Amino acid sequence: MTERMAVELDGVVKRFGAVTAVDGVSLAIRPGEVVALLGPNGAGKTSTVDMVLGLSEPSQGSVRVYGRAPREAVALGLVSAVMQSGGLLKDYTVGETVRLTAVLFGRPRERVEAVLERAGIADIRDRLVGKCSGGQQQRLRFAMALLPDPELLILDEPTTGMDVSGRHDFWSAIREDARSGRTVIFATHYLEEADAYADRVVFVRRGRVVADGTAAEVKALASGRTVRATLPGAVEQEAALRAMAGVDSVEVRGDSVLVHAKDTDEVARYLLTRTAARDLEIVARNLEQAFIALTSDEVTA
Amino acid sequence: MTTVVERSLPRWGGFSLGMIGLELRRMVRNRRTVVFTVVMPPVFYLLFGSSASYRSERLDGGGNVAGYVLVSMAVYGAMLATTSGGAMVSVERAAGWSRQLRLTPLLPGAYIAVKLVLAMIVGAVSVLVALVVGAFTGAELPAAAWVECGLLAWVCALVFAAFGLFMGYLLPSENVLQILGPVLAVLSFAGGLFVPVDQLGSTFARIAAFTPVYGVGQIARYPLTHEGNLWLAALSVVVWTAVFSVGAMWRFRRDTARV
Ligand SMILES: Nc1ncnc2c1ncn2[C@@H]1O[C@H](COP(=O)(O)OP(=O)(O)OP(=O)(O)O)[C@@H](O)[C@H]1O
Ligand SMILES: [Mg+2]
Repeated sequence: MTERMAVELDGVVKRFGAVTAVDGVSLAIRPGEVVALLGPNGAGKTSTVDMVLGLSEPSQGSVRVYGRAPREAVALGLVSAVMQSGGLLKDYTVGETVRLTAVLFGRPRERVEAVLERAGIADIRDRLVGKCSGGQQQRLRFAMALLPDPELLILDEPTTGMDVSGRHDFWSAIREDARSGRTVIFATHYLEEADAYADRVVFVRRGRVVADGTAAEVKALASGRTVRATLPGAVEQEAALRAMAGVDSVEVRGDSVLVHAKDTDEVARYLLTRTAARDLEIVARNLEQAFIALTSDEVTA
Repeated sequence: MTTVVERSLPRWGGFSLGMIGLELRRMVRNRRTVVFTVVMPPVFYLLFGSSASYRSERLDGGGNVAGYVLVSMAVYGAMLATTSGGAMVSVERAAGWSRQLRLTPLLPGAYIAVKLVLAMIVGAVSVLVALVVGAFTGAELPAAAWVECGLLAWVCALVFAAFGLFMGYLLPSENVLQILGPVLAVLSFAGGLFVPVDQLGSTFARIAAFTPVYGVGQIARYPLTHEGNLWLAALSVVVWTAVFSVGAMWRFRRDTARV
């Protein structure tokens, strides 16, 4: 018998009118994995998460959560989520909000205390939600998500709008919690967050999974930099540049050349000493460029 | 997980006294709602209905004119209370709360049921407060009419709970009550709660008879006046309840289908 997967997406497509937000995603996540869904704005992270939570139906394909339909898994408290925004009422107190969640899930009063403690908001239980800071509200969402003691916790950009220390505290709480063996899926724009907290990173771009690997692989991917220079007749140098050690890809755009490489110093030295290159600059590769490098690798490979 | 959690679905789709209790507490916390639904109707009665001449003027069937005005104000209060109870869903949708609730076992039908019960609880409080204030400030009704008028005003206000839900799903605004306030005032005029309709001209009176408040007013005052056609009034209440319920269901379906 095969192991029961926490999440199984099979050829999932989600369309909104003419927009295809998710374009054929197949993904299996094992129990206990901490997975980052990494991608730029509009990549389809939220759309994917919404389908796993049963908030929307796939246009095509199927979604199973612990072998069940998402709605059923949600109702049983197998899966819960901290959403990107909204979802709180200003005129409830922190404590009442969690109590209501407990009432709905049919869990005892002690559970309310336990999750308030766990999320670090026991001291502000009597505060109105409308008077809480963004970070406190996010912790409240976290407490609500913990209430049914889910097997799978989904976090959609959980630290948006938090300052550095808020971010740190929030992730410490999540990390502490994941020790108990909970499966965690979180969506993020931040490579650093994915790197620091995930066992596995799934890259999404334009509704497709473009890479799926360990955090170390991601790090390697992002470690490269880009050298850009003005070089008349760049086409003639293309082959030589491509042949250099540590060069991932070379792009020529008219009189300028872009070299993505692990060792950019070597490339720069070559360009400045052996060619007529000028206006040279070296920039760290951002996520978008990492994606481009990745997809172009796939094409050349 | 190391600990085995027993997982089962709640009874009644999540409809529970616990939820009603917490929701009620939240409603009471909102001063504007309380003033609007519980304070305003008795104040209107005190301002417009409790003058010395109204207290001394007797009605044929027993009671005084002040009592007649009081019953109208009780209907008005019940209507405000149940409408705002239903319209709470508007604020909740705007805040993304409805979406959050979909991450719990609460079934949509149970949610609607909770909202209706809440609306009717606040409606009952509103009617009671109005009647008690009236009783202490000179309104007179035959003994049985106190109970009958109060109950009828309350029960018929179910129309407006449905109306509130419909509007709550229709209007995206956070300030849905600011829109509904004037609408309810106009409907109350047409329903003869502030001035008897025939004083507003015969054309107006004819149109008014088809508006949603008219039937409710007629029914609630019947134990006092024994006037008008009870069956037509009941028909009006039933038809309007159906219209608003269908409207609410229609918007509700679209709401859950979206996202
Ligand atoms: N309800 C909707 N109606 C129409 N288009 C939508 C809807 N929801 C999402 N989209 C579109 O689908 C695409 C994917 O959006 P999605 O919100 O899933 O991206 P995301 O990866 O979560 O982005 P972000 O990082 O900005 O949160 C976008 O082009 C978006 O405009
Ligand atoms: Mg998103």
